[in-house]
Amino acid sequence: MAKNENGKADIVPAESVVTGTGVVAPDAFTDPGLPPHRPRVTDLDPKAAKRAERVVYTLFYLSIAASVFAVYAYMFFPIEPENVHSVRMNTLYLGLGIAFSLLAIGIAAVHWGKALMADKEAIDHRHPVRGTDETRARAVEIFRESDEESGFSRRTLIRNGLIGALIAFPLPAIALFRGLAPMDVDPNNELKHTMWKKGLRLTRDPQGTPIKASELTIGSAFQVIPEGLVDLPEHEKLDAKAKAAVLLVRLKKEDLHWSSKERESWSYEGIVAYSKICTHVGCPVALYEQQTHHLLCPCHQSQFDISNECAVIFGPAARPLPQLPITVDSEGYLVAMSDFTEPVGPSFWERAN
Amino acid sequence: MSTVSAPAQSGVVGKFSNYLDERTSISGAVKEFGRKVFPDHWSFLLGEVALYSFVIILLSGSFLTFFFQASMTPVLYEGSYVPLKGIEMSAAMSSTLDISFDIRGGLLMRQVHHWAALLFVASIGLHMLRVFFTGAFRKPRELNWSIGFVLFVLAMAEGFTGYSLPDDLLSGNGLRIIDGMVLGLPVIGTWITFLLFGGEFPGADIVGRLYSLHILLLPAFVLIFIVLHLMFVIIHKHTQYPGPGKTEENVVGFPILPVYAAKAGGFFFLVFGVVALMAATVTINPIWNYGPYDPSPVSAGTQPDWYIGFADGALRLIPPHLETYWFGYTWSWNIIIPVLILLVFLAAAFAYPFVEAWVTGDKREHHLLDRPRNAPVRTAIGAAGVTFYAVLWAAASSDLIATHFKVTMEGVINTLQILLIVGPIIAFIVTKRIALALQKKDREILLHGFETGRIVRLPGGEFTEVHQQLDAYDRWQLVSYNDNAPIMLRPNPQGKITGGMRMRASLSRFFFEDRIAPVTQEEYKQALEHAHH
Amino acid sequence: MIFMRKNMSATQASRRNGRRGPLASVALILIGLVATGGAYAAFSSASATAAVDLSSPAVINQGQKLFAANCSTCHGQQAQGTENGPSLIGVGSAAVDFQVGTGRMPMQMSGPQALSKPVQFTDEQTQALAAYVASLAPGPAIPSQSQLENGDVAAGGELFRINCAMCHNVAGAGGALTEGKFAPQLTHVSAVHVYEAMLTGPQNMPVFNDLNLTPEEKKDIISYLSYIESNPSAGGLELSNLGPVSEGLFLWVFGLGAIVALTVWITAKSN
Repeated sequence: MAKNENGKADIVPAESVVTGTGVVAPDAFTDPGLPPHRPRVTDLDPKAAKRAERVVYTLFYLSIAASVFAVYAYMFFPIEPENVHSVRMNTLYLGLGIAFSLLAIGIAAVHWGKALMADKEAIDHRHPVRGTDETRARAVEIFRESDEESGFSRRTLIRNGLIGALIAFPLPAIALFRGLAPMDVDPNNELKHTMWKKGLRLTRDPQGTPIKASELTIGSAFQVIPEGLVDLPEHEKLDAKAKAAVLLVRLKKEDLHWSSKERESWSYEGIVAYSKICTHVGCPVALYEQQTHHLLCPCHQSQFDISNECAVIFGPAARPLPQLPITVDSEGYLVAMSDFTEPVGPSFWERAN
Repeated sequence: MSTVSAPAQSGVVGKFSNYLDERTSISGAVKEFGRKVFPDHWSFLLGEVALYSFVIILLSGSFLTFFFQASMTPVLYEGSYVPLKGIEMSAAMSSTLDISFDIRGGLLMRQVHHWAALLFVASIGLHMLRVFFTGAFRKPRELNWSIGFVLFVLAMAEGFTGYSLPDDLLSGNGLRIIDGMVLGLPVIGTWITFLLFGGEFPGADIVGRLYSLHILLLPAFVLIFIVLHLMFVIIHKHTQYPGPGKTEENVVGFPILPVYAAKAGGFFFLVFGVVALMAATVTINPIWNYGPYDPSPVSAGTQPDWYIGFADGALRLIPPHLETYWFGYTWSWNIIIPVLILLVFLAAAFAYPFVEAWVTGDKREHHLLDRPRNAPVRTAIGAAGVTFYAVLWAAASSDLIATHFKVTMEGVINTLQILLIVGPIIAFIVTKRIALALQKKDREILLHGFETGRIVRLPGGEFTEVHQQLDAYDRWQLVSYNDNAPIMLRPNPQGKITGGMRMRASLSRFFFEDRIAPVTQEEYKQALEHAHH
Repeated sequence: MIFMRKNMSATQASRRNGRRGPLASVALILIGLVATGGAYAAFSSASATAAVDLSSPAVINQGQKLFAANCSTCHGQQAQGTENGPSLIGVGSAAVDFQVGTGRMPMQMSGPQALSKPVQFTDEQTQALAAYVASLAPGPAIPSQSQLENGDVAAGGELFRINCAMCHNVAGAGGALTEGKFAPQLTHVSAVHVYEAMLTGPQNMPVFNDLNLTPEEKKDIISYLSYIESNPSAGGLELSNLGPVSEGLFLWVFGLGAIVALTVWITAKSN
């Protein structure tokens, strides 16, 4: 075994190539050269060659048949309206026809190449990737000549002007991208407010019907949107819903633990409403376990404890889900006392100010 | 003189060839490339799989563009799929449903497109692993590794933008996660998402914008980089595995015409055939189950396509409560840390060839590949990287692992958190030991022959197994590999030892300390003599 | 399977085996090649309801005896509840039919959640138990057959995605909950049990009372579930409807597996 201590001594530098840490032993084995060529069955046995030939052309003809079958399938397995099964059959038979026609061509061509075409190994010679010294010298010369002829390094004012201009000219293009978002809207402001406001009723998603406190039994979970969301113009609806979606649940009052009297006043008879938008990266947190009172986000497994003001108990989220302060109006419907008191959803840079 | 009356001008083919050559000088290309030799090994075809899947993606994708409407304008779905009739959705979703349920072969093409996309990224990954573990990235191919790496990233971007186009519930939640991730980035996050989505999430622009990227900008870049990548393959000629008759100065294999034209050409049809077979029989991305995007619902088991899994996994493995308020701003460490981890991981993969080149200081061209065992530390680093990636990947399906193996999701996540740190270290140590052990075994076989299983009784009554020496070809297979020794620290011409030199020396020790050198003729002779005594 | 299902009776259809192996699936497709078309048995509930009169004293009496013998250890002699099991007063016949009818009760052992297992009682005994518990205090009742059929599939789908999919997955394939609990798969669950589960909120499932989801809406949801169960995916094998993870695994194992096998064949020397 070669030892480290004599490792350095082994190095035999090639004439002009630096081998670095590479070690070439002076009495290394030498290459015995290519092993003798081994003929194939199809080279020795004309019958086998004939057989291979038959396989190849048969496959090509089968491919034609499969292509024709695919066209046939297109026509005779049509899609019937409202019939999922017809779509399945159309996809299946058309696909199988195409797949078999392709596979048959592939197998035939490869088999042809392997079994019938000459299989004598060929050898190409490599040349170093770098250009020859002569070529490189000429390249250097060309650059020098053109530098002289243009005065690129001599006329420094021109050169620096060119470089400056080339740096400056894309700037307008960057500015143009500001137009990707509306000009008169500040994202910070948008992210900090939702549709909720004092007196707005809590309504069912997607129907938009208001909810009475008495309709919630212990253990119920309602998916909630603000009143009026369904009547918003189309393009505003999803944007508003992406911030205002709320989960409404009812627990036994003694199961809810509050940090302050004020927080407790945000609930009504054990009914609490929390933002559904995860404080991690914004997936809807809607998996409610009515006995453990845990909320789980299906995207990244953050867990929140409803009985404890939605504190994070597991997973990547950093902050509790914001609570929507609620009460009931004179008709017994649940209404918001205000907007959320903090921005909902994922954290962002300017969130705190 | 004889240029005008070149041979083989008779007949239609001859006349046509002449016509073409007189206008394109194509005969030069045929002469140059027609008999170019390509070495034969299964692992050399993995890059071709990637290329072919890209062609399949282009073909099926073009078909889809004829029907798809990249618009978030709300419409009422009136197509054939009963459970979504009358439901409000974007034109993008509605047209994707029409492709699936109202256009013959439309669903097939969607599935061809999506399966081929998964295959595209997977085959690039496998190809990169082959290149890494065989050391094919060494001089002169470092830049081609970089180009290939860019292609890998572009392929993931293509995949993600495509995944988001149908505007279904799954892809919408995927975009929601991207939105949340970008929001968490310091300083620029808020404005980047605002510009990306054209206002607030989800807005009405993102599908159209991703569509431009998906069908125009990204494919153009992919195409440019593929051309560059292949150009370098031609300039460098393909690498080959070491073996008798194969040297740094030659390429042994089969010529493009006719053998490789048949094999590689046939292989295109085989890859396309396999994709078509999958598309015909196995559902992929059933958007009709997910329904249109709506910010309120979500499905259990919401995951990205496999190649984004490692990023999703990184998001899942962060422990709770990592966020601070500093200087009046919010620092979302639960976003920043995973993003940094991913960037560092990708940067390490990108930079590896340059690091190894610096450590070895080797300026020779390497066209003969390493067997993974003959570069134990590189192989071990690769195994550690694969393990790290695999743990992140597994983390992206933590919930499914929990339900399918009947364990708790908390247990799965906590285990993976530990494995993310410990796993690569274990993988490194184990792989390095295995590689060294295999090298020792090779050496043993070379010096003492292989066991024949024949037991002979010696005149003295002693039993012994006959060992047989290898023939010259098999012996060459075992001794012809690159050997590296650690650098000795020596002062430079100014008589100084710089920090860079120290670092390089310690890295080179890390790489080559436990080296096992190839057997020399002298050692072999001694072993033979020893055996005869 | 495709043509076999023509002959299946309605009751058999709902007991159809869940997951098939991938090879079996390939075989299925080959069979599908031969059998063009194929009618699908209409979905229908396996345990059609109330052939027994739940208000008859004899039935209640029988239920009480069964209860005392099988349930009272945990739920108490008067169903008032003990440390080991909740009170059943006021849970109604629907809860009993669900818990006992799916084999969740009697519970084998305490664990993160009661698992469904082979049913321990005959339909008649289950009905009797339900009658007894219902007689203790009014509570949600077992729905009638007419409450389970012919709902609006599209409306049901939307409600399902909003109220159910986050735990049970959009295709009803089930999903993970915290601490080893899980939301079960909904395919192969009879309509009446789905209805009862919504109504009573068994274990950690929230309650969807009739004021949250009206009986009409519950019917829509059930109709949606039966639609997706009786109309297998248009695209072919469903890979258990687990989404991108199962698709990715399929691609790596079968897709790339097949292609790597082909590369080996292409470059192997022909003999």
